[in-house]
Parts: sequence; structure tokens; C-alpha cells
Amino acid sequence: MIQFKDVSKVYKTGDKEVTAVNHINLHVDEGETCVFLGPSGCGKTTLLRMVNRLISITDGTIEVNGKDIKDMDTIKLRRSIGYVIQQNGLFPNMTIEDNICVVPKMLGWDQSKIKTRYNELMEMMGLNPDEFRKRFPFELSGGQQQRIGVARALAGDPPVMLMDEPFGALDPVIREHLQNEFKRIQKELKKTILFVSHDVDEALRLGDKIAIFDSGNLMQHDTPDQILSNPKNDKVVEFIGQDRMLKRLTLLKVEDLVSHIVGFQTRQVREISNNTPEVSNQDTLKTALSLLLASPVGEGKVVDEFQNVLGVIKVSDFDQLTNVHPDQLLAAR
Amino acid sequence: MSNRRMVGVIKVSLYVVIVAILLWAYFAGAFQFIVDNPGDLLYLTKQHIKLVSISSILAILVAVSLGVFITRPKFKKFEGVVMNFANVGQTVPSLAILALVMSYLGLGWQTAVFALWFNSLLPILRNTLAGINNVDSSIIDAGRGMGMKEGQILWKLELPNAMYAIMGGIRTAVVINVGSAALAFLIGGGGLGDLIFTGISLYDTGIMLAGTVPVIILAISIDFLLGGFEKLVISKGLKRDLDMA
Repeated sequence: MIQFKDVSKVYKTGDKEVTAVNHINLHVDEGETCVFLGPSGCGKTTLLRMVNRLISITDGTIEVNGKDIKDMDTIKLRRSIGYVIQQNGLFPNMTIEDNICVVPKMLGWDQSKIKTRYNELMEMMGLNPDEFRKRFPFELSGGQQQRIGVARALAGDPPVMLMDEPFGALDPVIREHLQNEFKRIQKELKKTILFVSHDVDEALRLGDKIAIFDSGNLMQHDTPDQILSNPKNDKVVEFIGQDRMLKRLTLLKVEDLVSHIVGFQTRQVREISNNTPEVSNQDTLKTALSLLLASPVGEGKVVDEFQNVLGVIKVSDFDQLTNVHPDQLLAAR
Repeated sequence: MSNRRMVGVIKVSLYVVIVAILLWAYFAGAFQFIVDNPGDLLYLTKQHIKLVSISSILAILVAVSLGVFITRPKFKKFEGVVMNFANVGQTVPSLAILALVMSYLGLGWQTAVFALWFNSLLPILRNTLAGINNVDSSIIDAGRGMGMKEGQILWKLELPNAMYAIMGGIRTAVVINVGSAALAFLIGGGGLGDLIFTGISLYDTGIMLAGTVPVIILAISIDFLLGGFEKLVISKGLKRDLDMA
């Protein structure tokens, strides 16, 4: 869907040449979320902004849907790509409705279609369409503003979305909430998304694939799990952190592990006391491990969403993960 | 909140000063002169308004378009030059401008209009530049990234978001203009300056104030009208900024 072929960006300042992006080759499949991850100044935002030609390409080609973006009309190209930025970029002089309907209006949709689209998007974002219609951006909280920013980018129903640290300026609680919303919406819409982030946890949570950059070079492009279990070089290890094995636990759910435990269902809870923690089978393994470590007996009840006890999980069960590739566990899902 | 209270205090003290001037005018016999010569006053006021409105409208047209022009990326490099030129122009006193222009355009109201126009350019130009340059760059970036054309960015994003500053410049310029237009009398441009300068040469405070009071009332009412216009053209989304001012 999006193909970067040998893409470079060189800035010339006087006699100096600074290479911001260095011969990048990358392919992003349709319906996939690819997170560009790296420290600031690594060229990830530059690369993103080259896709809708906000930054010109020095060398190489970018193809969207098999077409070289250089051959496309810039305005048409941008209208066919959703664009979300960190500072949300909402237009303060326009109402929420006008903000969201900018692209449909430019695309010349008729009034009734624009109106239905607005209602549809607001409901998708979990906001009441009529309550916000005539309000202005400054009246909204940061989280709400960012949701409007995402809704606005989705308005023209573009197949491709570019998101430049969309949740970067929000507080951790709201950020996590919006990340979950994002996952839910993406599951439904299946857009092709390029997502810039400097937050490793965010990248692991949202990306189908992660591309790690360092000073303009692509270090590794792989699934989150591959990056955590087989980091290609020291730069990647340094960036994702020494706790990568713990981070890996966030990729798997309790149900993925327990299906591999022999005798899981027949085990008995050793002491029926209030100290035996309850672990939901939808929790991540990281959460589960944290709960088990806090328990004096090192074990916990696994329950489903209806609070039915499914069995018992122990700290020692995590041994199973040491030499097993998580894909093998996931295969059972 | 304290900001709003400040504004209130300033407004009230301003009204007190105005009422004091009106009382003084009353005791000096200004109103007697007005009552005796209503035709003169009406004629001169009309002339004054004509001077101010023609020069102001021309100044707004030229200064705003010049401001828009030199904030375009292509002409950005001229910004410094234009601003310096305008600043230097502003240091020339209005009276000197009158004298200078007079030698080319001769006596009469067209000379006065030109001088007033020239004098109004800078505040509007400077505010237009500041307004457009201060529009949050992330808004422009978002607009461009969504596929707005340059014209759409100007009309839908830059101008509406800079409107508060632009209107501020216009209000300042027009109100100063009302005062400066009194000088037009000196080169035969007419206007309420006629009464003011006649009063000065005759040592007659009454006649002088008969010119001054209408100028004050004119300035206040034009500012009030422009304030109302401002509410119409500035989006409610920027209201938060308005409340703070």
C-alpha cells in the first residue's frame, strides 16, 4: 500500500549537508498500522511528512497504492490522506462541526452527506454530535480536542492516515484511554496508518509493525514481538530499554499462557484467603505477573469476564515463556 | 478577572474626564456657539467625516493587502524592508507630512486625505503583520496537510485568526485619524479644525471647544461602531482572547 524506495532527505545549510533521512526502504501493507519509533531528530517525522509532500523528497520514490506521489496532484494527494498532528491543529475560528467537515466540503460532498458523516464520526469518537456541533475548540478538554482532530482526519474517509505523535501532549491516563479507542476504531476501519511516536509502550500497544529509526537510518522494521525478542543491534536495545522482556509480557494476555499450562484447570487454590489475587484472563501477562508477585503464595485465580474461576496461575508458569517464541503461544489463540 | 476590573476602572475614569471636558465646554460657552451656528457645525462635521472615512478606507485597503502580500512565503524577505520604511515614515510628524505633500498636491482636501492616509498606514500594517505572523503554525500545517490551497489557507485560516489584531490596528488608526483630521484646516482641507484654530487665534475658548467636543464625540462613536463591527467579524471561537483584552 505504501512503499518507500530508497528515500532520502538532505538539507543544505550553506556548505554543510545534513542527511535527515538516509536511503529508507520500507513497505507498509494495506490495513496495517506501522509505528515509526525513535528518539527526536531521528528523521521519523520528516519521513512521515514526505508522504503527503509537506516536505519534498531529495532522492528515491514513495508510492501510495502503487502510484508515485510525485506524479499526483499535491492538493488531491493531501485530501486523500488523513493527517493528525500532536498539537491537534484544530482551527480555533471554526466550530467543531466546521472543523470536522473541512475535507468533505473541499471534496464537494453534498450537504446531507456531510451532515450524516459528522454525526457518524462523532458517535465513533464517543462524543454527542448535537452537544458539540456549535461549540468551539477552546471549550473542549485536551482529550476531546485530540479526538476531534482524529475525527477530522477520518472525515473524507481516506484509505491512508498519517499521525504525528497524536497522543503525545496528553496526560498518561487520557493517553491510554485514547490509545485503546484508537485500537477499537482501527479494528473496525482497517486504515493503512503511519504513526510517529517516541514512546516505546505506545508503539508496542498500537503497532502491527514497528520501524525503529536512528539518525536518519532505519534500524529495524518488524513486528513488536520480533523487535523485543530479536533486537537487531545495540541501538535498538538501547532504545527499547533493558526491560524488554518485561515489555514483551504486555504483548500477551493471560489466556495465551494458561492454554499451555498442563493441569491448569484441575489445580486447587492453596489457601482460600483474601490474599489470593484475582487475575482476569484478558489482562496482559505483565499485569498478571505484577499481581502474582504481590501475592504471598505466588499464585492467583484466573477468572473470565463473568467472574467464573477458570483455574490457578503460578509465578513458575512464566518459565514456559523463556524459550518459547510468543508467536507459538499466539498461534493457539 | 483582575484584568477585567482594570478595564472597568480605566473606562470609568475615561468617562469622568470626558464629562469634565463637556462641563468645561458648557461653562466656556461652547454650546452657546453651537446653538447659534448649527449649520456651520453640521457642514464642518460632514467635511470632517468625509476626510476621515475616505483616508481610512484607503489606508485599510492598502495596509491590509500590503500586510497579506509581504507575509506570503515568496515575499517574506521584504518584510524587514517594508517595516523599516513604514517605521521611518511614521516618525515624520503629521504636520510635516502636510507641508511636504502640499508642495506636490497643492492646497485642498485631496492633500489632507493623502496625509491622513499615509499617517494611518503603519498601525494597520504593523498589526496585520503581527496578526498573521502570530497565527499558530500548527494550524497552518494542519490546513496544508489536509489539502487546503494557499488561498483557502489565507481566507479561512490566516485572516480570521489574525482578525483580532487587524481590527485593533484599524481602530487605533481610525481614532488617531479623527484627531489628526483637525489639522486639515491648515491647508484648506476643511473639517472641525476650522473651529479649533479659529478659536485659538481669537483666544475664544468657546469656539475652540465647539470644534473639540464634536471631534471627541466623533472619535468615541466611531470607536464604538468599529467595536460592534469587530464582534461581527471576529469568530466566537477567539472570544477567549477578546475577554482578556
